[in-house]
Amino acid sequence: MYQTNYIRASSTNDAIAKLGDDGKLIAGGMTLLPIMKQRLARPKMLVDLADCGLAGIEDLGDTIKIGSMTTHVDVETSQIVANGIPALATLAAKIGDRQVRNRGTIGGSIANNDPSACYPSAVLALRATIHTSNRDIVADDFFMGMFETSLEDNEIITAISFPKPTAAAYAKFPNPASRFAMVGVFVAKSETVRVAVTGAGEDGVFRHEALEIALTDLFAPDAVESIIISSDELINDIHAPRDYRAHLIKEMTKRAVTACNQSQFVS
Amino acid sequence: MAIVDFKFNGESVSADVPDNTLLVDFIRETLGKTGTHVGCDTSQCGACVIHLNGVSIKSCTMLAVMANGQEITSIEGIAGGKRMHPMQEAFHENHGLQCGFCTPGMIMSAIELVSNKPNLTEQEIREGLEGNLCRCTGYHNIIQSVQSAARAMRED
Repeated sequence: MYQTNYIRASSTNDAIAKLGDDGKLIAGGMTLLPIMKQRLARPKMLVDLADCGLAGIEDLGDTIKIGSMTTHVDVETSQIVANGIPALATLAAKIGDRQVRNRGTIGGSIANNDPSACYPSAVLALRATIHTSNRDIVADDFFMGMFETSLEDNEIITAISFPKPTAAAYAKFPNPASRFAMVGVFVAKSETVRVAVTGAGEDGVFRHEALEIALTDLFAPDAVESIIISSDELINDIHAPRDYRAHLIKEMTKRAVTACNQSQFVS
Repeated sequence: MAIVDFKFNGESVSADVPDNTLLVDFIRETLGKTGTHVGCDTSQCGACVIHLNGVSIKSCTMLAVMANGQEITSIEGIAGGKRMHPMQEAFHENHGLQCGFCTPGMIMSAIELVSNKPNLTEQEIREGLEGNLCRCTGYHNIIQSVQSAARAMRED
């Protein structure tokens, strides 16, 4: 790792002031530190958000608000999440391994927008709102492509608000070594159905309109049987060819819908 | 340079090290406690697992300075005097190791796993240890060790 300077911020304003021209924010560090060790990133300054008071989970009635520094384990084991959006707890429990979940944060995952990360699919399917140090961004305007978001320089995610759905489930086909999603599908049902796919798209997480229309019409696994999933613009790598990923999108969608219909209904 | 200052196995430690010093390197090189191992250095193998405020983390993927003001426990800090921790005892009794390189990390992860849920199924133990790799592939006895330790820790 190249030499760097580490500093802790006491608030988001303090963090922005300390960032400078070539600084990076660090949350759990589960992505940033490995890429710094590979010398793919060389920030002059690391500004730690640990002391900015950004962790915590709140039940706001129709929504659950999760602070950006909340770890995956805290989401996985939260009673508020288990009661309101159990699919989100299931998703968090399947990220990486226990040691990664003890450090990794929801804000870090979303800001990084790894094309194979799990959280972006939940944020997009549940129509979450991303609160930042200067504004609120709706999920549909947030993810801008692989490792790209609409966050500006010196803008810090403070929390994410998830509206509670009528039903939701996440089905993931993990890479057996890394536990990243080879394909992950998050299905959320409220008045309409939203289907967000991660792990598969060359441009990162995306909504699948044809699946959404079919499932809004009939919320059953059979409803997607006749949908043709295009493999255009899907990731093609040593783990899975793009045709296989297209197949997995339909399969994971069916599994998620089945899970919704069996046990995931919440009021 | 950064001042690193935290509780290590119950004692206060402090040293001035470069900001980019990894926690595992601080523990091994600065504190001289080499029970915590470096296997892959890419947060996959789990040989470097220690406890940070009681939860397991990979010390190769944290800067030493990030641990300031917190409590760290390494494999050297879990025994009670000359009496081994029940998890260490179980690995000894069940021969839960072959070369032993992964063992400190396995034990640190397994302690947290069993503390969170004393009645684990074999499947839950296997999944719970997914962040720890044994290149000898000696998983069978490792699982037996954790099951045996879980029984002992329940009786304690």
